[in-house]
Amino acid sequence: MSLHLPPAIEDAIQTSGLSPSRRNFLKASGALVVSLGVADGAFAADAAVAGPYPDPDFRQLDTWIVIHPDNSATFFVGKTDGGQGTGTAFRQMMCDELDIAYDKTSLIMGRTDTTPDQGGSGGSDAVERDGWPMRRVAAEARRVLLELAGKHFGVPAAQLDARDATITVRSDPAKSVTYAELVGGKRFNVTLTGKNVDTTTGLAEVKPVDKLRVVGQSPQRYDIPAKVDGSLTWAVDMKLPGMVHARNVRPPVAGAVLKSIDESSVAGIPGFVRVVRSGNYVAVICEREEQAIRAARQLKINWQPPATAPFPASDQLFDYMRRATPTSHAEPEIVGDPAAALAGAKLVVEAEYEVPFQGHTAIGPAHALADPSNGQMTIYSNDMKSYGLRNGVAQFLNMPREQVRVAYMDGPQVYGRTAADDAGFEAAFLAHELKRPVRLQWMRNEETAWDTKGPAYVFKLRGGLDAQGKVVALDYDACAVDYNHVGYNEPDTVLIAQLMGRRPKTPAKGAAETPSVQYAIPNLRMTARVVGLPLTWETPLRTGNLRDPNGPQVTFAFESFIDELAAAAKADPVQFRLDLLADSQEDDAFRRARSIAAVQAAAKAYGWEPRPSPARRNTGQNLTGRGIAYTTRNRTIAAVIAEVEVNRQTGRVWAKRLVCAHDCGLVINPEGLRRTVECGMLHALSRALWEEVKFDNEKVTSVDWVSHPSLRHSDTPETIDVVLVNGDPVPDRSDLAPYGAGETSHKPLIAAIANAIHDATGVRLHRPPFRKERVLAALRAANV
Amino acid sequence: MSIVKLHVNGTDREVDTDPSTPLLYVLRNDLGLRGPRFGCGLGQCGACTVIVDGAAIRSCTTQVSQVRGQITTLEGLSKDGKLDPLQQAWIDEQVPQCGYCQNGQIMTAKALLGRNPNPTDAQIRTAMEGALCRCMTYYRVQAAIKRVARRETVK
Ligand code: FES
Ligand code: FES
Repeated sequence: MSLHLPPAIEDAIQTSGLSPSRRNFLKASGALVVSLGVADGAFAADAAVAGPYPDPDFRQLDTWIVIHPDNSATFFVGKTDGGQGTGTAFRQMMCDELDIAYDKTSLIMGRTDTTPDQGGSGGSDAVERDGWPMRRVAAEARRVLLELAGKHFGVPAAQLDARDATITVRSDPAKSVTYAELVGGKRFNVTLTGKNVDTTTGLAEVKPVDKLRVVGQSPQRYDIPAKVDGSLTWAVDMKLPGMVHARNVRPPVAGAVLKSIDESSVAGIPGFVRVVRSGNYVAVICEREEQAIRAARQLKINWQPPATAPFPASDQLFDYMRRATPTSHAEPEIVGDPAAALAGAKLVVEAEYEVPFQGHTAIGPAHALADPSNGQMTIYSNDMKSYGLRNGVAQFLNMPREQVRVAYMDGPQVYGRTAADDAGFEAAFLAHELKRPVRLQWMRNEETAWDTKGPAYVFKLRGGLDAQGKVVALDYDACAVDYNHVGYNEPDTVLIAQLMGRRPKTPAKGAAETPSVQYAIPNLRMTARVVGLPLTWETPLRTGNLRDPNGPQVTFAFESFIDELAAAAKADPVQFRLDLLADSQEDDAFRRARSIAAVQAAAKAYGWEPRPSPARRNTGQNLTGRGIAYTTRNRTIAAVIAEVEVNRQTGRVWAKRLVCAHDCGLVINPEGLRRTVECGMLHALSRALWEEVKFDNEKVTSVDWVSHPSLRHSDTPETIDVVLVNGDPVPDRSDLAPYGAGETSHKPLIAAIANAIHDATGVRLHRPPFRKERVLAALRAANV
Repeated sequence: MSIVKLHVNGTDREVDTDPSTPLLYVLRNDLGLRGPRFGCGLGQCGACTVIVDGAAIRSCTTQVSQVRGQITTLEGLSKDGKLDPLQQAWIDEQVPQCGYCQNGQIMTAKALLGRNPNPTDAQIRTAMEGALCRCMTYYRVQAAIKRVARRETVK
């Protein structure tokens, strides 16, 4: 039966790697009621793909792996790839376990009706956690194939070898059979075990590290060619017959209440379809995209501003935070007797740090296409948690889960809880209302103002040194604006739910974080509290996870302060950290050894000459300095060194060179990893030099790339060195595991830049972004 | 609505649209092209870049009726199924992360090399300044441009 697909959809299938044989197989098999999200919509004259869409059964091997009659294979995994190459890494891991060449495989990700629910992406744990069930099921497929071949040849499976999707009899290599000859186009019919998807397993064991051939190589990312020749169908490109375009209209003042809408203000616009309103949520629908944009700008709405200001202006934010009554406290963490140790210290150092709100601010504003055909709901989205979007939308629209599915497609970067969640719900709501496919995209000012933000922080640190310059005590206090932190795809906290007044009784508590201290500090006190802004709901200053949600802020303060202590002790900042690590009691054989190896590797790669900071200043226009910062993120370690030039006349900071020593255990794809580490550092460089959400006491005022600047080509370092370290105490152990890599290099970089600026100028900056006006003012104040 | 004539990727096209429509939406929604993408609609990010008679322009702020000349989009860079050297360099250098901005990066670089086949590092930075990337692939973008520039200098 032919599917009668529109060309764009057919293309999407091609670029997603789903071969016709897979489609035919799926249809023929019947039992696997699987239909690729993009393959049908309203058009398939095929009842099996018109819904409903039950969950793929993760306990069936056939859900994960299909062998095609041409002896290639397709893998189905419940993850998404925001551009860090995790999809390529999954394929590599599965190829090794299955014993098939990389270029004979393809991978489908994140389609809720097709791929097992592994939750999508988040927390940098794609390879670290979710790679394991993939490896185990691929190993199981290989075991089953060997068994089938054993029957075929009448020899025990132990006397067979598998390689390149072919099984040979060891004693008689002329005898061979391909995977396709055994199961091509057929089902495995093997049931797996495991109480949840993470523990899915068959009977087979995964291979030891020294037997891995594809892992450790750098096959090129399979998604890149279609991204550079224009042939990829992105979520933003999806079109369906009968589709209309929507644009949102947001309250002009946070917390404003909609009084009335004058529909006649847009009724004359060609292509106008409808205004949809529910509570304070408003969208305009038109036949064409530019018409919807125009209508959204032109629509007259009478908004009643709130009686009191929703928030302080951004230049008052930190004062407000220091005075605000906390909404919650973390239990203080106390080691030893920090008060007494500080009182007895030879030298006490004290500093406060501030970090503003910073946003995700995707290059492509949030978008989704929702199709309500056949009484079902299909959403085409780049949301990194497609499964969560499906569940959330089903609850929001009060539809059975089985009637909702999400097809994950490529889109702009998604480092956490982005507005892709919100746009998915909005498109689905509008499609449900209109009973037509609705494509929605946010506008630039909407994305920059209303996307979720990483929480703003103020920190106060005090540290004591003894006469030898050793750290005897440290007191850390953090305060974050994080009350009502929104989760992923929650049907009562997504923006449309808030604006419609469908909210939970109690907002989420949020969190202010303490650093995971690896250093030996005998007396330690760490406290953290959360505060809220006056307006809790319907605010553009809503916090949500942004790339290691609190790590960059906390590490900026903590690793800047360690540098201040090193400077006070007149110690070399690298040696000062190594000494603190050497005495560490924590994770004796694991994190400590790897941390020391990473710090040493970074110093070596940089060519670090030991000396205290700041450097002796030259008299020229550009002052040069270097700074180090180190951190761990789960089990991954990163030590980064930045070399900066600070222009004394203009205050401009240029990070001329960056070095990162990175240990994430077993490396799946070294070249892919290098790029992820590089881009993670540069993303933090953007946060260090440019990014800040600004607002007056009514609305966000940083709304585009002029008012909300971001890193540019001219800011790019001249050199970036990424050193992949394996500091494991037993580096060649056969069970070396891979750890996450999406966030660790991002986390310490703001501190490294601040430390380098201090080294260059002797001036300590306590608040990013280090834009030239702020730097120049600090240099002038210090007579530099 | 009126009929607007365009020359896109070597083909004459006609569309029936409001002449004030930004070129971006005509390319994407009427002509089915996927290279140029919406990023800001304000001429600030480069995601929508196309080349008109050799110059990189922002299709989001260009009215369709104002365009005279040959429009080339990302899809039109390859000739006879062979990728443009820049596209190949982008693959060799493994430039993109998410890739959403890469149309702007590639098309801006193409126009640069068209007028200056051997740019200095400083000229690359200046010419590329308006092409934003939120995944921060700048280092690799510059490396890929240099790959092509070097090759063209050698020959
Ligand atoms: S979309 Fe045209 S410059 Fe940003
Ligand atoms: S590659 Fe993602 S925005 Fe540039």
